[in-house]
Amino acid sequence: MPYRIVASQCTNCSACEAQCPNEAISEKGNTFVIDPVKCTECAGHFDTPQCVAICPVDLTCIIDTSLPRYQGQPA
Amino acid sequence: MASSVPGSFAGIAENSEPVVDIADVMQKIAEHKGCGTSSDGGKASCGSSAGPADMAPEIWEKVKNHPCYSEEAHHHYARMHVAVAPACNIQCNYCNRKYDCANESRPGVVSERLTPEQAAKKVLAVASTIPQMTVLGIAGPGDPLANPKKTFETFRLISDVAPDIKLCLSTNGLALPDWVDEIAKYKVDHVTITINMVDPEVGQHIYPWIFWDHKRVEGLEAARILSERQLLGLEMLTERGILAKINSVMIPGVNDMHLVEVNKAVKSRGAFLHNIMPLISAPEHGTVFGLNGQRGPSAQELKALQDACEGDMNMMRHCRQCRADAVGLLGEDRSAEFTTDKIMAMEVEYDAEGRKAYQQQVEAERQAKVAARAGELDGLEAAGDIRVLVAVATKGHGVINEHFGHAKEFQIYELSGTGAKFVGHRRVDLYCQGGFGEEDSLDTIIKAINDCHAVFVAKIGGCPKADLTAAGIAPVDAYAHEYIEASAIVWFKDYLAQVASGAIVHAARGDAAIRQGALLAS
Repeated sequence: MPYRIVASQCTNCSACEAQCPNEAISEKGNTFVIDPVKCTECAGHFDTPQCVAICPVDLTCIIDTSLPRYQGQPA
Repeated sequence: MASSVPGSFAGIAENSEPVVDIADVMQKIAEHKGCGTSSDGGKASCGSSAGPADMAPEIWEKVKNHPCYSEEAHHHYARMHVAVAPACNIQCNYCNRKYDCANESRPGVVSERLTPEQAAKKVLAVASTIPQMTVLGIAGPGDPLANPKKTFETFRLISDVAPDIKLCLSTNGLALPDWVDEIAKYKVDHVTITINMVDPEVGQHIYPWIFWDHKRVEGLEAARILSERQLLGLEMLTERGILAKINSVMIPGVNDMHLVEVNKAVKSRGAFLHNIMPLISAPEHGTVFGLNGQRGPSAQELKALQDACEGDMNMMRHCRQCRADAVGLLGEDRSAEFTTDKIMAMEVEYDAEGRKAYQQQVEAERQAKVAARAGELDGLEAAGDIRVLVAVATKGHGVINEHFGHAKEFQIYELSGTGAKFVGHRRVDLYCQGGFGEEDSLDTIIKAINDCHAVFVAKIGGCPKADLTAAGIAPVDAYAHEYIEASAIVWFKDYLAQVASGAIVHAARGDAAIRQGALLAS
């Protein structure tokens, strides 16, 4: 569940969209958003969250502390 | 990311004093020319100011109407960039993706992103309005090859509707080896790779990180991977006969001397033109270099390095470091006429015949200009070692046709015993500098052309004439609306005659400043 994009930081460059293994990222208005239901923090795919790794502006893709951390696929 | 936090390159920022030692550069030239790099049949000629005389015919055919590859062509032909590729896969210390001022003119900056369909429509709209538009480039604002689907879909759409338009792209090279075959498939025969270093020790100060194999890689390792990929990509382009131009950003104290090594490395791998550009760096851009106080080179530092690399390979001197959505001739930007709203409302008719007629007229103009220049070369041997720079106010077509007070830039020609050679341009337009005051514009112009002995104009007022003369720059309006090179040579012969008669004493001029900051759109 847990990554989100800080809209005021986002440059709308779309780099994260192509890297997300869950197709959780899409364009909405003048920013990109992460679908909290689809985001798995890249668990099972990559060692580091891809959106964080490729984002050109630091502190743009951050953990959404209002939601519980991803716990793995439900049985 | 510690390495991308502004301030972490304090070691570079300390190098704010001029660091290019001309003598040192000359030594490097000597080593460079003696390095024994075998090139096929000597000079890897073409590009820049050369004409068909010293260029392989098949290369001339490819570049002659390309304003970014042929200095001569840029007076006659226009290019446009479509901003379909916003994503990037590396971070550079001279780039800040958050900065987007509508008046800004520099790579990586764009006001409006386009879909491939919008881009194709825009190309048709521009081509039908501007018959001299012959080149379509994708240059970001990110990296075209970090957006391969959008980039190649755009090329496909455009080659369907406007097959006479040349396609090119500009890349940082990280993903290039993966896409060379696709590039060949779409007949993209011009690729620019930005190569700022071939040594990771240097590269670690330019690139804080790259995105590679699903990880963010930093430091030496990042620079090593990037360099390997760039050089491999260049070799693969050369193998396929795709023309490669290399862009390098000159960063004093970081890679300035090293660019001679870069020049060797790219020449030996088949690059046909090297474009060394000055770092654009100002605090208000918010780049790592800008915030650290990393300065750009002076005009003479840039020229010395370009001259040093010129030995066996042509250097590009007319780059305007334009935006990733620029439209028009180099040095002008008509992108405001072609916003998405406007192009979607335009009636577009692709006038292939009109475009062809225009291009035939250009060919006639070009030949007249070359003939005028050739007629004046006799008698220049009197120059001996004397070399002078002159500035020219021109609106294009190789003619002195701009009023001094209206010039937004001056072209710089070097006059010597071998004739007149285009060696660069100087921006003198006014700038929006985020609240920074505008200095006196005449003072700005004098600083920008302070290394010139004369300035050629179509017309000039009494006041600036007196101030220029006081600054030691001769205002020359006797050659209004005549060909630049032929006029400059006639003036130079007169200058030499006056030196010979003792009427004047030849003295070297000082350095000049390269303007930083945002270009005002109007």
